Amino acid sequence: MTTSTNDGDVVHLHQPIGVTYTWSAGPGASAYLQGLTEGRLVGNRCPSCDLVYFPPRGGVCPRDAVALGPPVELGHTGTITTFCIVNVPFLGQTIEIPYVAASIMLDGADIACQHLIQGCAATEIFIGMRVRAVWKPADEWTTSFANIAHFEPAPTDSDQPAGAEKNA
Amino acid sequence: MGERVAIVGFGQTNHDQCRSDVSIAGLVREAADRALQAAGLELADIDAFVLGKAPDMLEGIVMPELWLADALGASGKPVFRVHTAGSVGGSTAIVAASHIAAGIHETVLTIGFEKQSDGNAMWALSVPLPFGMPVHAGAGGYFSPHVRSYIEQSKAPAHIGAMVAVKDRTNALKNPYAHLQQRGLTLEVALESPMLWDPIRFVETCPSSDGAAAMVLTSERMADRLKRPTAWVQSTAMRSEPTLFAGRDQVNPQAGIDCAKAVFAGAGVTSPIDEIDVAEIYVPFSWFEPMWLENLGFSAPGDGWKLVEDGETNIGGRLPVNPSGGVLSSNPIGASGMLRFGEAALQVMGLAGEHQVDGARTALGHAYGGGAQFFAMWVVGSKKP
Repeated sequence: MTTSTNDGDVVHLHQPIGVTYTWSAGPGASAYLQGLTEGRLVGNRCPSCDLVYFPPRGGVCPRDAVALGPPVELGHTGTITTFCIVNVPFLGQTIEIPYVAASIMLDGADIACQHLIQGCAATEIFIGMRVRAVWKPADEWTTSFANIAHFEPAPTDSDQPAGAEKNA
Repeated sequence: MGERVAIVGFGQTNHDQCRSDVSIAGLVREAADRALQAAGLELADIDAFVLGKAPDMLEGIVMPELWLADALGASGKPVFRVHTAGSVGGSTAIVAASHIAAGIHETVLTIGFEKQSDGNAMWALSVPLPFGMPVHAGAGGYFSPHVRSYIEQSKAPAHIGAMVAVKDRTNALKNPYAHLQQRGLTLEVALESPMLWDPIRFVETCPSSDGAAAMVLTSERMADRLKRPTAWVQSTAMRSEPTLFAGRDQVNPQAGIDCAKAVFAGAGVTSPIDEIDVAEIYVPFSWFEPMWLENLGFSAPGDGWKLVEDGETNIGGRLPVNPSGGVLSSNPIGASGMLRFGEAALQVMGLAGEHQVDGARTALGHAYGGGAQFFAMWVVGSKKP
């Protein structure tokens, strides 16, 4: 703890607080996280509305309030639904600025996920742009969505069936 | 909606980047004392306390209401804490009003606060989630992509966001409590402002503020006895929706549409643009002014920016929006919604000072929070409902 004073008055005490929290995955997110360790993108389909969630965060459909159904494997390509260019530095930031944070609707999913776009100038990115996942080397894979280093522009004729590009 | 509810006192602190002259307890007491003074009441006259703030992670104090009850003189009385993210100042006021509408308490003091300088909101709102990619960069990072979608869908000219910023910062010069007092801001200067989260510029972004707001709400019987300038609650509404679901419209959220319809129906308002004299709308990033004008039904979808471009949201326009300077000029997050609700009340009381809208009789107070998933609104008027 440190202290700030002004003309003999104690003004501020600075107290760091830290802890490592545990996040219970549950069955829905478990399949998603296990899939990531194998280079696969796994979502879950809602048995009520039939829509596919990725990532299946709480394992529940937010519209129908029912548990999501069995895993569904998704493609490694998708479409940018919107994006922003982050220029602002902040405490805890892990990605060098500026970077493009995009909402990407993966082929086969019904909700966009968030990831980085690289491989082109920020000014070339547009809503509706086709992109594909660029995976890190397989020996670096963990239970992390960061196993995908970033997404990059995909030639529109390169779309392939789910999983076909997983080691691209 | 039950018994009539009267607002007989509104108070706010002087908002600033760092109120190092007071503790959090001192900050909330400053607002509470000003509200009580406006009402001509004392702490002993208060039957219950309803306090709200944004996530505890912002200051690092868990359940601050337990500690602040002391500073508010709430010992021995009911104390409630409300939390609905950025909309909390609005929903806290609605919870307080509900106690009176239900006939449970007669006079309620409600308070919202944030001392942003004690923590780091940008950090607290950017904590990496274990199942996602850590690209998220605070509230601006969340809302900026939806602003981009709005611009693309509505074909709004690029300068609309800067126009709102110039209007709100100019209005703030008429509000002695406002944090930012930015003189001489022109559209040309605003358009030179750097992009923080492209397409949102620095000048189009709310500040980080220390501040608090408080209101004294009471029954019709007590208000009639006090004979103070009074704003009457005509209607309140709250709605929510999940932050993320397939097919969600993040530009024009259904919960906001439903909340607006409910609050206007409750107040007997059939044409908001014609019947609302002034609106205090929660606009932390300037592009949300046209977005919420549409969401609230003041214009057709895609047309909100035209009201801005035509100057209709200026003081003196068809629908003055945020004559106080709004969230864009002061953002003590947990108080920001209550500032909207309280400024709306001040307008119909005729007590808004230099930023008073002439002849204001009916006003809207609006707040939203989280990933635009919580909405809280009230319509207040100079006459009993």
